[in-house]
Amino acid sequence: MNSLQTLVDAVNLGAVYALAAIGVGVIFGVMRLINFAHGELISAAAFTAYLLEGQPVWMRVAGALTASFVMALLMERIAFRSIRKASAATLLITSFALSYLLQHLIVLVFGARPLGVSLLPQLSESVRAGELRIPWLELATISSTALILGALLLFFHRSRLGVAMRAAAEDFTMARLVGVRSDRIIAAGFGISGLLAACIGLYLVIQSGTVSYRMGVDIVLVAFVATVVGGMGSLGGAALGGFLVGVTSIALQAFLPESWRPYRDAFLFGLFLAFLILRPGGLMQPRHRREWV
Amino acid sequence: MKPPSEAAFTTTAVLIGALTLLALGAAFATPYLQRVVTEALIYVVMVVGLQVFVGNSGIVSFGHVSFMVIGAYVSALFTLPIEKKLELLSLPNSVLQLHAPTPLAAAVAAAATGLFALLAGLPIVRLRGVAPSMALFALLVISHVGAQNWKAVTGGRQAMVGLPLATTPWTALGCAAVAIIAAAVYQASRRGALLRCARESEVAAESIGINIAAERLFALVLSAMLCALGGVLFAHFLGTLGPNTFYLDTTFLTLAMLVVGGMRSVSGAVTGVLVLSAASETFRYLEQGITVFGRDLEAPNGLQEVALALIMLTILILRPAGICGATEVGTLLSRLHKGRRDTAAQTRS
Repeated sequence: MNSLQTLVDAVNLGAVYALAAIGVGVIFGVMRLINFAHGELISAAAFTAYLLEGQPVWMRVAGALTASFVMALLMERIAFRSIRKASAATLLITSFALSYLLQHLIVLVFGARPLGVSLLPQLSESVRAGELRIPWLELATISSTALILGALLLFFHRSRLGVAMRAAAEDFTMARLVGVRSDRIIAAGFGISGLLAACIGLYLVIQSGTVSYRMGVDIVLVAFVATVVGGMGSLGGAALGGFLVGVTSIALQAFLPESWRPYRDAFLFGLFLAFLILRPGGLMQPRHRREWV
Repeated sequence: MKPPSEAAFTTTAVLIGALTLLALGAAFATPYLQRVVTEALIYVVMVVGLQVFVGNSGIVSFGHVSFMVIGAYVSALFTLPIEKKLELLSLPNSVLQLHAPTPLAAAVAAAATGLFALLAGLPIVRLRGVAPSMALFALLVISHVGAQNWKAVTGGRQAMVGLPLATTPWTALGCAAVAIIAAAVYQASRRGALLRCARESEVAAESIGINIAAERLFALVLSAMLCALGGVLFAHFLGTLGPNTFYLDTTFLTLAMLVVGGMRSVSGAVTGVLVLSAASETFRYLEQGITVFGRDLEAPNGLQEVALALIMLTILILRPAGICGATEVGTLLSRLHKGRRDTAAQTRS
């Protein structure tokens, strides 16, 4: 029974990490940018839910989604559009600086201490099935992740914009030559990334009941690891990578000896380094990513 | 133009000269200002160390702070007073009895960190694109979790207090000079040129037989040792060391200094440290001023950080190569000199 419980926990965390990894991966796909500020998109949703405390739930959820969405678009327009052609190193550092800036803007406004917030507290109760106790939140997370993944799959394969985005991820110049608008593609990438970040933000609010200025950092670091594990530039790879990292994390928590458990994250990131020795290109290395002369 | 080695010599001479003047000036200033200058000199060691790898390889590193962590803890292990060690750490007595003067401990720390960078770097240097930056970030997280939890060796979350205060302005200046010389010599060397070739094009570098992984690893080990030295200096400057002494904030600050100054030159690294140290000192002063006049006990926490991030973003958007770009002071001077000679020749003819 206990192992079944662990399995549900693992699927739950895997689902959350997969969403985070896709959010990071979708921007990498269209812009070759690792967006550190994804963590602050997560915070934006969470703090909006905090500010709208007292309003009906649907309003807080809609507000959170809108906040992250708008902020992602603004981020692209103000910070990243002007340096789109800069080197990968410059892009990386810019997003790092932007993330740091937004974090400390939050500190200026809300302070550095975590703030308590309550959103859908009934979700922390558990369903009982025999000895198995599954929090409603985990069920909700797993099922909504499945829905979101399905919607993304439809979007990327059936809609014109989605197909154009995949084309741009394969070869940006070629896509532009056949009439794909780069501004629209990149804005769409940021928009999707913002919506996914909002989902993570809402999950974190419900799960922890607090908001703080660095709440997005840990999960974004894990998402980076996941996208590298999956193979940079592959969305399916990012989802798979996120899922694997989540499952591994729960497995370490469950099977490591008691005295080693505090080192769980060190083991997780150590495994990641070991994985890189075996497969430096990730699980699903896109074929076109090789550099030609 | 002068040959690169000669320009490198001028660069080191000018940079070390400028820092020496700064330290001399601080010697006559208030103790507070002396501390500010010492801290800046320590950052010179760290940021120049970071530049050795980032500047020549083109790989942004979010993991160099882990080398500072390791260096600082190794040094602490040899220099913390025995009674403190007995109280905080749980290691075999023979290990706890080990005690070394701080300079020796610093050398051991740098060597140990170099060895660590060699082993940890092996998988990382083979990666392509942004993956090595992420892997280096993983290293940062591992070292942070290790420092927090490996109570037997690090004391866990409890900070080590009572490290010998061995970092004076003059030791910091000496170490900054060592770092600048090492970085300039490496940059002017054949190995440095090979690595910069790989930075510009991996394919071209491989086609002429450059072993990219080996060159990256060499730079990583050298820069890790310099960063470790910086970490040791900082720990012995504060006198305390905890798991949060070096983490995300240090990562941001050192990278910001490198980017603002210009990551492709040693002169840029030094310039960045001086500019951002001055800026952050100004804002720290302003933060205090606001509390006094507004009688607001809650100082606007985070203002200094916001300002630093804004400076960094402005530089990145308007001048992505940083203040100095890829130009060293030495090269700049020899160019000016040549220009003047040319004008002189023209007027004569």
